[in-house]
Amino acid sequence: MNFINLFKVAIRAIASNKFRSFLSMLGIIIGVAAVIIMMAIGQGSKESVRANIAQMGTNVIMIRPGADRRGGVRRDPSEMQTLRQEDYEAILRDKRYVTYVSPEVTSSGQVIYGSNNTSASLYGENLDYFDIKQWEIKDGEAFTEEDVKKSAKVCVVGTTIVKELFGEGADPVGKTIRFKSIPFRVVGVLKSKGYNSWGMDQDNVLIAPYTTVMKRIQAQTYFSSINCSAITEELTDEAIEELTSILRANHKLTGDDDFTIRSQQEMMETMSSTMDTITVILVVAAAFSLLVAGIGIMNIMLVSVTERTREIGLRMSVGARGIDISNQFLIESVLISVTGGALGILVGFLGTRLCLILGLPASIPMWSIFVSFAVCTVIGIGFGYIPASKAANLDPIEAIRYE
Amino acid sequence: MSTSEQDKRHVVIELQDVRRDFKVGGEVVHALRGVSFKIYEGEFVTIMGTSGSGKSTLLNQLGCLDTPTSGEYILDGTPVRTMSKSQRARLRNRKIGFVFQNYNLLPKTTAVENVELPLMYNSKYNARQRREAAVRALQAVGLGDRLEHKSNQMSGGQMQRVAIARALVNDPAVVLADEATGNLDTRTSFEMLVLFQKLHSEGRTIIFVTHNPEIAQYSSRNIMLRDGKIREDVQNDNILSAAKALAELPKPVDD
Repeated sequence: MNFINLFKVAIRAIASNKFRSFLSMLGIIIGVAAVIIMMAIGQGSKESVRANIAQMGTNVIMIRPGADRRGGVRRDPSEMQTLRQEDYEAILRDKRYVTYVSPEVTSSGQVIYGSNNTSASLYGENLDYFDIKQWEIKDGEAFTEEDVKKSAKVCVVGTTIVKELFGEGADPVGKTIRFKSIPFRVVGVLKSKGYNSWGMDQDNVLIAPYTTVMKRIQAQTYFSSINCSAITEELTDEAIEELTSILRANHKLTGDDDFTIRSQQEMMETMSSTMDTITVILVVAAAFSLLVAGIGIMNIMLVSVTERTREIGLRMSVGARGIDISNQFLIESVLISVTGGALGILVGFLGTRLCLILGLPASIPMWSIFVSFAVCTVIGIGFGYIPASKAANLDPIEAIRYE
Repeated sequence: MSTSEQDKRHVVIELQDVRRDFKVGGEVVHALRGVSFKIYEGEFVTIMGTSGSGKSTLLNQLGCLDTPTSGEYILDGTPVRTMSKSQRARLRNRKIGFVFQNYNLLPKTTAVENVELPLMYNSKYNARQRREAAVRALQAVGLGDRLEHKSNQMSGGQMQRVAIARALVNDPAVVLADEATGNLDTRTSFEMLVLFQKLHSEGRTIIFVTHNPEIAQYSSRNIMLRDGKIREDVQNDNILSAAKALAELPKPVDD
């Protein structure tokens, strides 16, 4: 029998048992929808993490003191005093692939204004920092070069600090707050960045000149780290190489580096691969429901073969070969699974929409649709095979008289 | 009829010492114990026998649904015993028309589509030729006005007519009827016999397997089976007219 006729026979068989066909399709529908939604959530989370990191600047390079390991002993980077003013100046002097450079000295503690207090991180930076991390000033303005030079007690605050100390919507510019009892005049308010992908409030910060933090708060002569930005994301590797050679020359190193350079890009890749792992786990879990759905189809096809034994016997006695019969049942099961797959994709789309409405990041990767379709066909053939060959191997003599 | 006269006719079916054994448990059951006969083109043969006489086994052999344990079966010049399953399927498709006791129509399917079924497995026919052949076959059995009726909207007699049309649609070498009147009332049974006699008069070769001795009177030859052997093989020189018998039946009481 040719393909078109087989197709018609299969459609008729499905249509004559609409509810039953629908129920066996339902398994596939749910399975495919689950796989697609899981993939969409995985992909969506990955994209949102990437967007989050990109918000911090994809071309950011961080230099931290200390090698990862020295003589087998790992030391706390904060104890290391290897990054100093001379390094900063050397980078400024020799940089070619790096645009912005900002030394960083950090501290954390209590911030007080009037009777309100909160705890926050204080970042000592220079003006380049605002470009590196893509911070924008909402109200007021950033501190000046002059402030950096003079170790002025001025700061820029994040919106969380404003909310905690001054109340929502208040204008803190010009007010003086205290950080670890040192007074700082607020000169600007940062535009909110919200929470980052690992749940840290990026707005709970104060940014002050690094000289101020170094001298007046930490009383140290070294930096916690140096933040840089490469000219472009693509040139990050060249920038890292350049920074390494500058620092090695400056530190007169012959052995291991006494600093560690990491790029945001690298972090993004790490995060992406973590998200990929999670996505794979989710999809595998959803794929099991597809397996169960396939077994459901096999079950219903076996019932169908038994029910239609006489029809099979008749077809055989009027000249159907085994292969004609098995093709008929295979096409029927493929039709059920592929139709289920198509409906599943539709439900998956709607489910993804719902996820977005509920605030879950989700985006359907196009290839997942093709994969779903292919998987459904494979399920249809795979689980239809046993019922189809059972039908094909029926003895026409017994089948035609089957009651 | 002399032997020389018979030999001039075309042999449609030839059985040469056909034996068929079944293993049931540890024992061998001999269902057919050496059956030989020839059926010529245009014969209307009834095969009779009580249950257990081997008539179903013989029918399966004649219909190429089964192969002999030994002996040879030649259908329209083709030896069947050594054929593969799919070769036999093809042979059934081209040379044999089956009529079953319980009609075996596809449910929820129109008369035309039921009749088209055998041609679906013959790639020589396209959709239009299939339909034309099916319509012709249905007209031949007197159902030209019920082409699009579904199988569940028809009476037993109509369903059996559709089944006969289906058996004729591929222009077979032989029509094999298995208790074709078994499920029908007397009147409808005679209607079927009228139809079979009409087909016979048109030159069809018909083999009618039945346990009803009455039917033998309407055929041209009767083969009696008992215990897997031919007990009697007689020509019927006095074929009764089924049409006449039908006319003599008491009129049905209509409501």
